[in-house]
Amino acid sequence: MVTMRGLSVATALWAVSLGAAQAQVAVKLGVLNDRSGVYSDIGGEGSEIAARMAVEDFKASEKGVTATVVAADHQNKPDVGSNIARQWYDQDGVDVILDVPTSSVALAINQITREKNKIFLNSGAATSDLTGAQCSPNTIHWAYDTVQLANVTGGAMVKRGGNTWFFLTADYAFGHALERDTSAVVKKNGGQVVGSVKTPFPSNDFSSFLLQAQASKAKVIGLANAGGDTINSIKQASEFGITQGGQSLAALLMFVNDVKALGLRTAQGLVFSETFYWDENDATREWSKRFLAKAGRMPNMTNAGTYSSVIHYLKAVAAEKSKDPAKVMAWMKANPTDDILFGKGSVRADGRKMHDALLLEVKKPEESKGEWDLLKILAKVPAEQAFRPMAEGNCPLVAKS
Amino acid sequence: MFTIFGVPSAALFGQLLLGLINGSFYAILSLGLAVIFGLLNIINFAHGAQYMMGAFVAWMLLNYAGIGYWPALLLAPLLVGAFGVVLERVMISRLYKFDHLYGLLLTFGLALIIQGLFRNQYGVSGLPYGIPAELRGGQALGFMFLPNYRAWVVVASLVVCLVTWFVIEKTKLGAYLRAATENPTLVQAFGVNVPLMITLTYGFGVALAGFAGVLAAPIYSVNPNMGADLIIVVFAVVVIGGMGSILGSILTGFALGLVEGLTKVFYPEASATVIFVIMVLVLLVKPAGLFGRAT
Repeated sequence: MVTMRGLSVATALWAVSLGAAQAQVAVKLGVLNDRSGVYSDIGGEGSEIAARMAVEDFKASEKGVTATVVAADHQNKPDVGSNIARQWYDQDGVDVILDVPTSSVALAINQITREKNKIFLNSGAATSDLTGAQCSPNTIHWAYDTVQLANVTGGAMVKRGGNTWFFLTADYAFGHALERDTSAVVKKNGGQVVGSVKTPFPSNDFSSFLLQAQASKAKVIGLANAGGDTINSIKQASEFGITQGGQSLAALLMFVNDVKALGLRTAQGLVFSETFYWDENDATREWSKRFLAKAGRMPNMTNAGTYSSVIHYLKAVAAEKSKDPAKVMAWMKANPTDDILFGKGSVRADGRKMHDALLLEVKKPEESKGEWDLLKILAKVPAEQAFRPMAEGNCPLVAKS
Repeated sequence: MFTIFGVPSAALFGQLLLGLINGSFYAILSLGLAVIFGLLNIINFAHGAQYMMGAFVAWMLLNYAGIGYWPALLLAPLLVGAFGVVLERVMISRLYKFDHLYGLLLTFGLALIIQGLFRNQYGVSGLPYGIPAELRGGQALGFMFLPNYRAWVVVASLVVCLVTWFVIEKTKLGAYLRAATENPTLVQAFGVNVPLMITLTYGFGVALAGFAGVLAAPIYSVNPNMGADLIIVVFAVVVIGGMGSILGSILTGFALGLVEGLTKVFYPEASATVIFVIMVLVLLVKPAGLFGRAT
């Protein structure tokens, strides 16, 4: 026993002296998201926990990197988010901003990060403009985007026979983008869009809009909205017998948390897409249970994306022994990604992180075996089919051939 | 089948009915506000938070104590009302001698604190609460499918509104209440316990909000922000109806629900603002509100 302890102390000392011999690179990661408003259950504290878990799991200090994590609330307001980002970059020595849900805020941070020559690893926002017209050499869009949601959910619904669509669209930039991208997918697959209604954001009562959708006789009602709007529209669609009447709902942006909030009785049968589900394999289950113990809920794709992006970033810093943004970004794009949550993947020149997307279906109440046993995986859509081809994104970084 | 401005009449009837249902919530909530303002002169900004508490208490009763919807319909308003009584005794009663503004600021602060506490505990995604088994399903009316639960909401809120109006305007108790607001000192001199009456009135107004919360739980997302979204609209309803007018707030609640329903058909983008446009017009033409008396 004594010798064992002596041995381990010696090893520890050796490790410490080794660490001291190597010059440590100190990096500061800032998790910037909604901590109190409508999206705080999606990213919020969960993404900060995920970032800290990544630093822990990577054993950064043993590899010559000292990583600290800070976090702040952008309140879903671009001006608030921009101020925090400037303060972080100019005064607090933050090197990387993580997560940032809410497309309008994400686009602002995208701009500031480029101006200050830092790094922005976005997992929370939906807009595909981050790797399209507004792509930046300093930004990687990690978890998901509107084109992928449209391709996976929209494509699957049309293939299941849902060839006529009516949209309930949240009346702001994000809703319009999602409707636009999904309409394109529907038409490409031979379907038809028979109408749409722009709903004020946020709304409590969707019954009137649902009735208009019902009257349109469209086979699929596309919900181009998020959060509370999605929950209310699904809850009320079930109440008004929309789904029993033969029309199906397509929730174009939905997270496992939303399903939990709706309850299986109301949400059952709903088809949607995430790029991560906790119950996918042993590694995701093990990680998610650790996350659950810290956060009190299961992780969704934005939390998983934050974890995965931090792992890849730390690998880059350790390999380059530098946190110079140009070097780190070049390493991140040149080397494949590999982590326990998304498996193997890559980062494209336009900043799009490529990994498979999941087509998910909400379980029936009798199929569920536990509090968080909510979804089944219908299909795994390969990254190349799920995400927009680089040539179609109009990203100025990528020379057109 | 005929059409009105290009909209089939059947669709229009459906939308009007839905407007009436939403109007029920406006009516109950604005009634509570009107009672509290009319009798206590307090602008109760915590009303939205108390509505949210009604829905949460119903959820808690179900999940922690196994108590279902029907008992909750009675218990939750009582509990929320009791909370209101404590609030009135401990804090609000100290402000009667000051300007309205102080009551408004206090209740606004309280609303933020209550919402923050619930958000901290339960997050913002919301909690599931099912429609009671007796009221699942619905009726095919020819022009639309009317869920039984929505029909129940209209009936329940109409009954509650009318009973409240009757008690305040037509009974002896109501007469005391109204007299006490006119001249508390004189009424107290007749041996009526005015402070107690005021406390109970506030409790009742708050209980109305809790009742609306329970009614809303099965159809709207039960989350800490549910009241904050609604309360601004309800305030507009109260202003249009005339601050403190009981009948005014009930009628305006239902009428504005209808107007909003029609807007959702003809120009959905404006449906969130139409009530405020009406509010501005009413304030310009009749500043005391449609049913209010100028003082």
